[in-house]
Amino acid sequence: MKKALLLALALATAGSASAAGKLEIFSWWSGDEGPALDALVKLYNQKYPGVKVDNATVSGGAGTNAKAVLKTRMLGGTPPDSFQVHAGQELIGTWVVANRMEDLSSLFKSEGWAKVVPADVIKLISSKGGIWSVPVDIHRSNVMWYNPATLKKYGVTAPKTWPEFLSTCTALKAKGMQAPLVVGESWTQQHLWENVMVGTLGAQGWENLWNGKLKFTDPRVVGAFTTFGKVMDCANKDASGLSWQQASDRITDGTSAFNVMGDWAAGYFTTTKKLAPGTGFGWTTAPGTSKVFVMLADSFGLPKGAKNRAETLNWLKVLGSKQGQDTFNPLKGSIAVRTDSDLSKYSVYSKSAATDWKHSKIVGSMYHGAVAPESFTSAFGALIDQFVASKDSKGATAAAQQLADKAGIGK
Amino acid sequence: MKGLSKDRLWAIIVLLPSIILLGIFVYGFIGRTVYVSLTDWGNDPAQAMALHPVIKFVGLDNYKELFSGFLQSRFRQELVSTIFFTVFFILGCLGAGLGLALILDRNPKGEGLWRTIFLFPMSLSFIVTGTIWRWMLQPQGGLNMAPTVLGGQPATFGWMSSTDAIWKFDWNKLPLLTASVVGLVLAWVAFGAFRRAERTRAVVAAICAALLLGWALFVGPNLHLLAAPELHGFNLALIGIIIAAVWQMSGYTMALYLAGLRGIPEELREAAQVDGATQTQMYRSVIFPLLAPISLSAMIILGHISLKIFDLVYAMSGPDNTFTSVPALNMYLTSFRQNQFAMGAAIGTILLILVAFVIVPYLSSQFRTQEGHA
Repeated sequence: MKKALLLALALATAGSASAAGKLEIFSWWSGDEGPALDALVKLYNQKYPGVKVDNATVSGGAGTNAKAVLKTRMLGGTPPDSFQVHAGQELIGTWVVANRMEDLSSLFKSEGWAKVVPADVIKLISSKGGIWSVPVDIHRSNVMWYNPATLKKYGVTAPKTWPEFLSTCTALKAKGMQAPLVVGESWTQQHLWENVMVGTLGAQGWENLWNGKLKFTDPRVVGAFTTFGKVMDCANKDASGLSWQQASDRITDGTSAFNVMGDWAAGYFTTTKKLAPGTGFGWTTAPGTSKVFVMLADSFGLPKGAKNRAETLNWLKVLGSKQGQDTFNPLKGSIAVRTDSDLSKYSVYSKSAATDWKHSKIVGSMYHGAVAPESFTSAFGALIDQFVASKDSKGATAAAQQLADKAGIGK
Repeated sequence: MKGLSKDRLWAIIVLLPSIILLGIFVYGFIGRTVYVSLTDWGNDPAQAMALHPVIKFVGLDNYKELFSGFLQSRFRQELVSTIFFTVFFILGCLGAGLGLALILDRNPKGEGLWRTIFLFPMSLSFIVTGTIWRWMLQPQGGLNMAPTVLGGQPATFGWMSSTDAIWKFDWNKLPLLTASVVGLVLAWVAFGAFRRAERTRAVVAAICAALLLGWALFVGPNLHLLAAPELHGFNLALIGIIIAAVWQMSGYTMALYLAGLRGIPEELREAAQVDGATQTQMYRSVIFPLLAPISLSAMIILGHISLKIFDLVYAMSGPDNTFTSVPALNMYLTSFRQNQFAMGAAIGTILLILVAFVIVPYLSSQFRTQEGHA
């Protein structure tokens, strides 16, 4: 029944895209992110009037549902003209290795993007000598959020390294705070995991983990897993029942002191919770990552066999342009990929992130698809769940290495 | 050509479209799924999403991986969870359904209204039920807060967030356990056949039982599916999901039982009363035996629902809570997130086999009785 529905949906959307002068873009941006996408589409229509943009959105499940529909469409041979995908291995490991995407190197050259997009980012979205997608926005994974009032009340400061974090945790527990760290459902724990790893192994170690130079079974990685286990001992026990927003609420109300979450939390604190940045909520880089920017990005690519290739290339040009990025990102609460963006349009938090973006070492996020392919990421959650229950670093790293081998990491 | 009367020809023509559609969209796709499960489609990321993937036949490798692969312990836990879920779900529904039916059978005031109220949850989809119960079973909301209304302390049970499990056993002992249970059942069948003097049947069953039990005693203990012991048990986080499922389906079970109760002729009850049976005796020796076929039907309907369950779990605890996960959810994630279509198809096939265990004996017995009546 579900399959039949998906098929029907795919046929319906495919049918409507076949006429001339059209562009079908496929994304999971709806709800809060809808206005940002609408603004982009409006800009596209200003530049290229007469093209009818078909905005095919499949909402829900942080893209899970959209990705499933996309896969049935691609397998069925009716790709959308351009689709949203996390920049990096989520695109490369699924679509580029299967030879379904067009190389965009020439577009990057003709538009001069190589000069304004940081080299670390180009490296993340390249493979086999090609560049495969145009990143639109940048979010930061390694941010630790806190409530300044809570820290003042307990007389602690935000820790700078993970060992320091653990001693702060002990101090807070001694003062009666049950869970100094708050985490939510499975993915937020993986999000925390990647930041413990980057903070413990360093940016270089993290990169080596994904190019195969550093094995998961290496004692340093096993040790980092053990640290992650200790960090999880500081966390709340009802994690899997909480969404990331509910976890953020516990920072606001002072139940917990710290939360490691991506910088979309800034939008939640300012817009939904009406808190002032700096006083109502505070942030710093996740422990041990002060000179690192763990990034994730949404991007669009050009699938082979797209029906409206010329319109799609124009769409990608708009996405990569300064005007396009500065239209989209302030509304979405992210920052521009380009280092030449007009910062006056951005929020207080985004300004600080954009400054770091220019001056930090940039690495990719694991959970959010930048450094690991889907076949790794989606099976890794079960592994972390088991590890959190058993705290068996040796077993978990052995399993992670097997998973990495199977997913072809480091090949 | 007597068989092809005009009437019959019409019947065939009218039926043909549905037979063809069923053939393609049900049986054809089952066949395709089983075939895919025997290939390596998706094990190599480069082939998973290719326009013309190179797919190799690998036999039962995917099944072997699921039951003994180091990385697939999630699937094994889900299989164990499904069994526990099914058992408690069926027991819960039968118990609650029978209880409600017995109450309504005594014709209380406003019986029609109560019946509607009890049946109402069934009109909701599992997604709606799941969402409602998700809210009620929040760690700090709904049910856990209920005691505070009476001035008590809030409860702290982690309905869906618990990571504890009870009744753990080592997966390596599974072949041993299965062989012993099946062997004992066969021994019991043999004993029954022997008592009814069905010699061939008794001998065959006895030999099978002896073989299985002998295997379990002498070979089984040395067989290891996995390198290391792997414990699986009943995850407490499932309790919340079982409650929601029972809430939804017990009304339906009640309706089944109520129909059964109403179908029992009044004369039988009167006869029992004339014979001096007490209420308890009447229920135990007259009414419950007559309800046995209803229980069987209900068990089969509920059993296949619970084996296939997907939406309720998805709505209540999301796709990524491995402590409440079920095979159907894993099948979806394996296929559409990890792009391992062959592995997903293998999980689907295992589910089909499980459901077939429940459905096929029932269908065949139904056919037999219908032919008997015809």
